[in-house]
Amino acid sequence: MLNYIWLTLLLSGIVVAALNGNIEVVTQAALQSANDAVAICINLIGVMCLWLGIMRIGEKAGLIEALSRLVRPIMVRLFPSIPPDHAALGAIIMNLSANILGLGSAATPFGLKAMQELQKLNGGRKEASEGMCTFLALNTSCITLIPATIIAVRVNFNSANPTEIVGATIFATSCSMIMAVLVDYLFRRANRRTI
Amino acid sequence: MFLSVLDVISRWAIPMLLFLVPLWGIIKKVPVYEAFVEGAEEGFGVGIKIIPFLVGMLVSISVFRASGALDVVSHACEPLLVRLGAPAEVLPLAFMRPLSGNGVLGMATELMKTFGPDSFIGRLASTMQGSTDTTFYVLTVYFGSVGVSKYRYSVITGLVADISGLIASIYICNALFR
Repeated sequence: MLNYIWLTLLLSGIVVAALNGNIEVVTQAALQSANDAVAICINLIGVMCLWLGIMRIGEKAGLIEALSRLVRPIMVRLFPSIPPDHAALGAIIMNLSANILGLGSAATPFGLKAMQELQKLNGGRKEASEGMCTFLALNTSCITLIPATIIAVRVNFNSANPTEIVGATIFATSCSMIMAVLVDYLFRRANRRTI
Repeated sequence: MFLSVLDVISRWAIPMLLFLVPLWGIIKKVPVYEAFVEGAEEGFGVGIKIIPFLVGMLVSISVFRASGALDVVSHACEPLLVRLGAPAEVLPLAFMRPLSGNGVLGMATELMKTFGPDSFIGRLASTMQGSTDTTFYVLTVYFGSVGVSKYRYSVITGLVADISGLIASIYICNALFR
């Protein structure tokens, strides 16, 4: 699936550029974005270190465990394949909370930590596990209570009411989250049946 | 009122976390600094590990976008989305949403500069920008960090969520702001 999407984006881009007669755009875009990708990863390292460090303190102090006990009833339903005491659940919760509050810089490190724990459960395989698919469905569609970035942009352009879109955003993210959970559930059930 | 609450949360959330977690740690007799360093050590490896995945994905998306192929696709879908109540100007943004977070933010900023943040287009663009996360970026980085290359059905789930978020944005903006 991903192989085809990746190839389609790349090849159709090159074909369109050729038809438009500006093939040099391809070279520039490819080289520039390869550079950008590395810069993004390098910039991520510092923030990753910071939050993973703080999270380790929280783990050792029993904070993460307390937090996961609080939302366990929901998590057990959403992630039937993860043992209820597993460290993955704590990291998933931290990631989703950071997402909901619009704390982008903290969300990614917690999320990647969750993926590591899920990969331990998955036995290091190259194929995504059920838990990973559910987690990413939640993560990409997650409800945002505070869309901080776009509010900042609106303030910048002197909007009369920069936060008036918050209600609309909450509605839209709720719809996409409900659909994501539903579709993920259906896929999971369909896969079970074939086994 | 709401804006000031928001401001307080966004200014205090991170300092409070940095204050409370280590404080709680020392109360629980955790060697806080050692624990911090131990956890932070993992950050480096993860950052390095996602590089090849992100390079692959960003190159392909960026070629698709820069070449004008994105515009071709969004033009082709114009009648469909206009029927749902979205002005033609926001269509490229709709298609950019799952592909690139920076791209979509750039487009939303551009639209607000041109039409104003309080125009219908400005409000719809704001709502769409916040409606979902960047599916391909998240999948690439998250799966890449643990070396998973077979994403199974999660691409479809992510895209269905994106489409639902877009349709919901168009619907709610028409209901509230038209």
